Amino acid sequence: MTQPFLLRRRDFVRLLGAGGAASLFPGAPRAAGPLVRALPSSEESLPLVGLGSWITFNVGDDPAARNDCARVMEAFFAAGGRMIDSSPMYGSSQSVIGYGLSKLGMREAVFSADKVWTGSGRRGPTQIEESRRQWGVPRFDLLQVHNLLAWEEHLPILFGMKAEGRLRHVGITTSEGRRHGEFVRIMESQPLDFIQVTYNPLDREVERRILPLAAERGIGVIVNRPFRQGALTRTLEGEPLPGWAADIGCRTWAQAILKFIIAHPAVTCAIPATTRVDHARENMAAAIDPLPDAKLRRRMASDIEKRA
Amino acid sequence: MSAWWTYAPGDLLLFSERTYYRMFELHNAALWPAQVVALALALAVALLMASGWGHRVRAVGAVIAACWLFVAWTFLLGRYAAINWVAPWFAALFIVEAALFAAVAVAGRPGALGGRWGPAQVVVFAAAVLAQPAAGLLAGRPWRQAEIFGLAPDPTAIATLGLLAVAPRGSRWLLLPLPVLWCAVSGATLWTMGAPDAWLAPTAAAFAMVAPPLLRGRTAGV
Ligand SMILES: NC(=O)c1ccc[n+]([C@@H]2O[C@H](COP(=O)([O-])OP(=O)(O)OC[C@H]3O[C@@H](n4cnc5c(N)ncnc54)[C@H](OP(=O)(O)O)[C@@H]3O)[C@@H](O)[C@H]2O)c1
Repeated sequence: MTQPFLLRRRDFVRLLGAGGAASLFPGAPRAAGPLVRALPSSEESLPLVGLGSWITFNVGDDPAARNDCARVMEAFFAAGGRMIDSSPMYGSSQSVIGYGLSKLGMREAVFSADKVWTGSGRRGPTQIEESRRQWGVPRFDLLQVHNLLAWEEHLPILFGMKAEGRLRHVGITTSEGRRHGEFVRIMESQPLDFIQVTYNPLDREVERRILPLAAERGIGVIVNRPFRQGALTRTLEGEPLPGWAADIGCRTWAQAILKFIIAHPAVTCAIPATTRVDHARENMAAAIDPLPDAKLRRRMASDIEKRA
Repeated sequence: MSAWWTYAPGDLLLFSERTYYRMFELHNAALWPAQVVALALALAVALLMASGWGHRVRAVGAVIAACWLFVAWTFLLGRYAAINWVAPWFAALFIVEAALFAAVAVAGRPGALGGRWGPAQVVVFAAAVLAQPAAGLLAGRPWRQAEIFGLAPDPTAIATLGLLAVAPRGSRWLLLPLPVLWCAVSGATLWTMGAPDAWLAPTAAAFAMVAPPLLRGRTAGV
């Protein structure tokens, strides 16, 4: 299912022109792109690691911090990344992403994953248009109903936008195991392209019902909170990596966690958030072969559980 | 927000500690030298309250109203709203508090903010004005990020609590709730962020609510 992905040449050339990615980051892994996985509902493939923006990109009008975020995006794109996830809930993150995309000339290359987050269906289209304006993209690649908020009202609007060609994919999100029962019912009854859930070696409830159901129904899976918002990586910091880490090409715990996640066959993409260029590169570098098999994944989960 | 019960406090924290305190740095840099004016106004409040001047309630009420309005406009709407979508509601609270102080100023009832201040009240007010910047420095934040009375919400609220320490009961019922509410909100935000001085504003609020009534007997004659 996986194959190497390369940035389209014109996008990469534009990236070099925008910020001189190669010269800024001489050590960046560029030889082979990240592993990709095909979206079940379309022809397209996506790199197995994307980029979140909750908290990390909500830096307001601070010019220095906005440029820091643009540098993280630059490193992410230079390493072959495509999906960036945001939401109107995330304060200024959308406009910061828009700033980065425009600065880097990556509006076409990005796979824009945003959300609709309002309790009123009527306000949805206005909010979506405002989000699109902040991103500066012609249309979203994916719009998700954030935390199932007013999903009955939003989903028909999103499916309508998709039918009219104003949106490419439709999804729903939840996190930290919230409302999984209702989530499953929506997966069973709606023609979704994507779901977004929390999944990592410690939060594995989705393995029981949601991931198999997604595979069965051809729904792409985006994984949020891979590091439990950094708590998991902080807990593991300083712990020596077990022997299996080198076997699957992991230099850090963060990479081991990401490999654990993206090796699940139902997962399309994990979206760690970061404020750091080196972490963006490190995370993207997890999307390379080899990935752990089912047996090793069980061992990884148990080793991480023991340390957490 | 629908299904609010599924959110933990940490889920509602939209920004990092770094971003939060950088806001004050940018705010201070943009407003300099307004800090000098603001602290001069705080000094003026103390001097006016310590003076026997008949119009001190008008003057002090106007200064405090202006401070709450200025913070609402320049900080809560001008900066905080960019990273926190609840900030416009906070600004509304600040504008209401400004309006209440403006009303007290316009009414100009001589005893509305309490009797003439003695040294003890001046010290309480000075401590309230200086508590927040001092706590920031002690917490290891650079002085450029200092939160200053009249420019930033927490020290404005805490100084207002200090001002109201010896105010009569009627004025306290009118003017105390919103600063107390703000201190609770800010304390919760800072606590979620893991700031070491998160306790300061809620402690000031608790102190402002409890201590003055207990001490009232001793200050009644002032
Ligand atoms: N309901 C929803 O729709 C929902 C809910 C939650 C999250 N999300 C999405 O999912 C994304 C990811 O979740 P999250 O941001 O909550 O948490 P996360 O990605 O699990 O963790 C982010 C934290 O991990 C740290 N980190 C990143 N890379 C690292 C590395 N290589 N080594 C060590 N630490 C690293 C970051 O710190 P540094 O800055 O120091 O790297 C950051 O503080 C969000 O940004 C958001 O886009 C959606």
